[in-house]
Amino acid sequence: MSVLQIREARKSFGATLALDGLSFELRAGELLGLLGPNGAGKTTLIRAISGRVRLDGGTVAMFGRELAPGMVRKDLGVVPQENALYPLLTARENLETFGRMNGLEGKHLRERTAWALEWTGLVERAGSEVKTFSGGMKRRLNLACGVLHEPKLVLLDEPTVGVDPQSREKIYDMLSALRADGASLLLTTHYLEEAEARCERIVVVDHGKAIATGTLAELVEQAGLGGSLVRMRLDRAATVAPPGFRLDGDAAVLTATIHDVGQELPGLLARVREAGLGVRDLEVRSATLQAVFLQLTGKELRE
Amino acid sequence: MIWLLVRNAWAELARDRAALMLSFVVPLVFFSIFAIIFGGGRGGGSRVTGTSRLRVVVVDESGSDRSRALVQALEADSSLRVIAALPAGSRAPGKPGEPFTRAIAEEWVKRGDVSVALVLPAGIEHSIMSFRGGETVKALLLTDPGDPVAGRLLGGLLQRAALRVSASGGGALDLGPGSAVEEMMPLGFEDRAVLGKKRESPMIAFYAAGIAVMFIMFAAAGGGGALIEETESGTLERVLTTGLGMNGLLLSKWLYLTSLAFVQVCVMFVWGMLVFKLPLLSHLPGFVLITVCTAAAAAAFGLVLAAMSRTRQQLSGLANLVVLSLNALGGSMFPRFLMSESLQKFSLVGFNAWALDGYLKVFWREAPLAALAPQVGALLGFTALFLFVARRLAKRWETA
Repeated sequence: MSVLQIREARKSFGATLALDGLSFELRAGELLGLLGPNGAGKTTLIRAISGRVRLDGGTVAMFGRELAPGMVRKDLGVVPQENALYPLLTARENLETFGRMNGLEGKHLRERTAWALEWTGLVERAGSEVKTFSGGMKRRLNLACGVLHEPKLVLLDEPTVGVDPQSREKIYDMLSALRADGASLLLTTHYLEEAEARCERIVVVDHGKAIATGTLAELVEQAGLGGSLVRMRLDRAATVAPPGFRLDGDAAVLTATIHDVGQELPGLLARVREAGLGVRDLEVRSATLQAVFLQLTGKELRE
Repeated sequence: MIWLLVRNAWAELARDRAALMLSFVVPLVFFSIFAIIFGGGRGGGSRVTGTSRLRVVVVDESGSDRSRALVQALEADSSLRVIAALPAGSRAPGKPGEPFTRAIAEEWVKRGDVSVALVLPAGIEHSIMSFRGGETVKALLLTDPGDPVAGRLLGGLLQRAALRVSASGGGALDLGPGSAVEEMMPLGFEDRAVLGKKRESPMIAFYAAGIAVMFIMFAAAGGGGALIEETESGTLERVLTTGLGMNGLLLSKWLYLTSLAFVQVCVMFVWGMLVFKLPLLSHLPGFVLITVCTAAAAAAFGLVLAAMSRTRQQLSGLANLVVLSLNALGGSMFPRFLMSESLQKFSLVGFNAWALDGYLKVFWREAPLAALAPQVGALLGFTALFLFVARRLAKRWETA
């Protein structure tokens, strides 16, 4: 079942085209990564879904219902890129404020606040002003304020920007817990490793368009990068590449693409020996998202 | 190397429009505003504001030739604007064109329509140039203690007019031996304050109101700046994705700023009461009414300034310029009733002038609540206007 459907989303800000017919869908219970460089249109899309940007064209539908900018999105939780918190209020007061704004009251609000403090590991600091928190603590609280009202769909705009690896791990644990409770997550990121390791499917966005969508394996296929890359460092420079190899710049390094490592690798080694060359070092790896991105967009994704 | 840095600093200044404005244009604006207000004082008049003459109501109870001549001499004085008959459209009892009575003249001073009234009692004709001091009938000046200059100025001009009457019509110079200095005036007069008899210091209420209004305007502008901070921190974005919306957000800010301004003014007046014997408790209903309306208008005004600004720095510059200008014009630094008539009217473009008028009515003129209707109406009107403008300006924070 489709939780969120974006169809041909278009948006311009003056002469800048932010979204150029972007389309994709988010399935129930999924963690979908929206991957793209800065300025690709990710944040504009998040704002369009949350009703903060009026599209010039195209539609956004949530649970099959088309959304208009002024419409209240009860089942939607938004976790913005900035730590959108009141620094002079305590963690508890921030949670209560955003909980009430999202319709929670009385006992339910108290229960959810207690849950959020537990979930974020901030029980001990519940009464402390947020301005005294570390970056990671603020990130966790920022996340909690967006999901306190138990939304079925959560939009996360770069939720791990500027946090240390340990806090990043904690945040992903929290996201896993949300999914376990039935929420579907749409996450924007420009961290390739995160998208590769955490997201079930990835939408690669560039210049306001979805240029590829699928699992990592599907993206690799779409980019024509199927198979594994073999890289051999030789004991000396080769004058000509043995059959099945390429010489990429460095004459002492041979590369080849194979689809069955067990079957094809012994043959490659034999051909190198037959050419009278020795192998110093050998590396076999699958195509990475980095390679996919480079192949699809023609540029590196810089952090 | 040092000159390079100096040149770079000038280049940076030249490219920063806001800094340029603050460095060169804003001082000129302030200078001009203050020059208009303080340079256009009562004494010399001003080309910018038009001639500023002391308005004085004259009651001729004598009706004699000499008293009429005295009134004519006063009318001929370029420093005075004599009002001897009730003008059309006056709120006071009596028909337009009728001469003033002593009671109506006193009422005009109490209401603040004029700062001083001159009563020429029956028998005054014998006092002009008599130099008999206490033995003769004296002219009576009904004065507003809030304008101490007006009575003294009229007292002096009265002597000049009396001399002119004497020069034209003749008069006995009967200077008895041992006369006191005050008896050596061409026309004796006594001064009676029609307001403020119960007060220890009538100017305290003026200063409390003036300073309080100026500071709540600054505070409201600063408080409104929270909107800019919320934009920068992202909380505004987050709040607007909830069901609250921009209307709810602005309403909450306005209510907060209104309550803050109300408390600030209360603190100022309570301090005035405790330390300077300001009669707060005896004027409580009027004070509360005017303070609530003033606080509401100041809060909405602060939201307008905040919604006009893109950064805290812009807001700070704008608030300094607008708040100080409005307060110079509106009478926080210099009483409006001492300004020229045209400037007094012009200053009503600022809500703070209405607020100060309201406080003056309450504390000075002992006006009943009903008499505050124009001020309350104006302040509420300004509030509605400011809220409307702030809401329109806040659209830029809404859906892009």
